[in-house]
Order: sequence, then structure tokens, then C-alpha cells
Amino acid sequence: MANQFTPETSDTELVRRAKAGELDAFEALTNRYEQRVFGLAMRMLRQEQDAEDVTQQTFLSVLENLEGFRGEASFSTWVLRIASHAALKIIRKRKGLNTVSLEEATEPSEDLNSIPHPEFIADWRQSPEHLVERNEVRRLLDDALTRLDEKHRLVFLLRDMEGLSIQETAAALELSEANVKVRLLRARLQLREELTRVLGDPARQLIQSHHHHE
Amino acid sequence: MKCEELLTLLNEYVDGTVDPAVCEEFEKHMAGCNPCQVVVDNIRQTITLFKDGQPYAMPMQFREKMHDTLRKKWKEKHPGQ
Ligand SMILES: [Zn+2]
Repeated sequence: MANQFTPETSDTELVRRAKAGELDAFEALTNRYEQRVFGLAMRMLRQEQDAEDVTQQTFLSVLENLEGFRGEASFSTWVLRIASHAALKIIRKRKGLNTVSLEEATEPSEDLNSIPHPEFIADWRQSPEHLVERNEVRRLLDDALTRLDEKHRLVFLLRDMEGLSIQETAAALELSEANVKVRLLRARLQLREELTRVLGDPARQLIQSHHHHE
Repeated sequence: MKCEELLTLLNEYVDGTVDPAVCEEFEKHMAGCNPCQVVVDNIRQTITLFKDGQPYAMPMQFREKMHDTLRKKWKEKHPGQ
């Protein structure tokens, strides 16, 4: 039979059939997730050749390890975890940190007491649905992401852009959940600050007083 | 609740994982503090904007090459099919 899979065919079904040896099912899974894996790798690595390597490695690894995939996590989470591991390896190699984990390589003292306060507070002039279409907004997002520290960017990428849970993000990046939470908060606050400075309506800027409002 | 405390609970609130009792306090604070309300809105919009952003397109040439490689590997792993 020619390609008998539809978008309604579940991942679970495709996984089951790929495990049973159906190449078509494996290819359908690849088609379903290759863009997402490539996009994640590009955002993590910002370099096309490396992103291609990670994408291919990811699906080779899926092919090799599919039998061992028990479905504790969803297939998409599993694939994204493989991809982020592969991308992390490249990041570490670039830094010359072959054995050191990302956690140990950064300062341990990221706590909630040192979270910076929001400075520019204003309603945005347009809704995200309108903004997302515009090219200059796309550039703004890219630039803002680039300015994030890598450790904050990776957490934001996996949690907010790829939709992994805190726990899954921690597992993918080999960080503690507490660390993921603090980094995520920093990332979100910094991005909010940068975006609001451009997208916020200066006429409606609000000043936050840190002393009142018990 | 003070603005500072609200800040530390921002993630849990936005993600809907905050404890119900804390959630109530959080919302009580926001009702009386416009800046915090706007910060929460801004954060939500920031996340939405990034989530809905344009993905990077995978180069077609690479895609074809990768699929060839994967098919070859598949056939090595499943001989005789
Ligand atoms: Zn407040």
C-alpha cells in the first residue's frame, strides 16, 4: 500500500508500526518532526551546518533506539530530548567543555533574590497575533533571543518555544528543576523588558513603586 | 503580597501551576496594582509571540540527503524487508 498515514494517525500508532518494521511509519514520524528538530537546533546553535548535523543525528538515534522507547514520555518529547542533547554536545565542544555539565560550568548562585525588577512597563500597542506577521518584529525577536545569556536562552527555548514541561526541560539540559525555574524567570523578564521597550506604548507607561501595595 | 513577591511567583502564575491560595493573593494584588497587572500581560504576550514565531525552514537538499541516509540505515537494520 502507498502512504496510508494521515495527519490523524497518532504518533503512538506510527511508533507501533515503525517498531514492527514499517519503514513508511518511520518516515511519517520523521516528516512530522524534522522541521521542529531543525528549528530547535537552529535556535540553539545558530549555525545551519551544525543544525543539520543535529537533525540527522537525532533521527538516526531515533532509528537506533526506537525499540527501547517505551512511551513514558510522548514521542515528541523524546525526540526533542534527543535533539537537545545532541545540540548541547556541540555547544560544549565549542566551549571546550567536553566533560563538564552546563550546570557546573555556570555560577551556582542563581537565586530568586537577585531577580531584576521590571523597568519599562506599558501595554503593547498591538496584540501578538498582529505583531507576529511583521518582519521587523521577527528581527526584534531574534535579536532579543541573541542577547539572552545562553543558559537562559536554552531554558526559554525548550520550555516556552518548544512547550516542554519544567521537568522535561531539566532532563533535556541536565539541570535541576530549581535552576530551570530561575533561569526561565530571568529569560522571560529580560525578553519582556526588551520587547516592551519597542512594542509598548510610551504614552501608557506605568511606574512601579516598590514600597507600597502590601 | 508585595510586588517583589509577586515577581518570584510569576512563572507559576502564568503557567497555571500556582497553589490556589497563593493564586488568590496574587490576583488580589494585581487588582490593586496596575503595573504588576501589565507586567503579567506583557509576559504572556512575550511568550505567545515567541511561540507563534516563524520557524527556520530546513533546506530541501539537506532533507533529501537525510532521508536517503535514514532509508539506508533502516534497510541495514531490517534486512530482507
Ligand atoms: Zn505590584
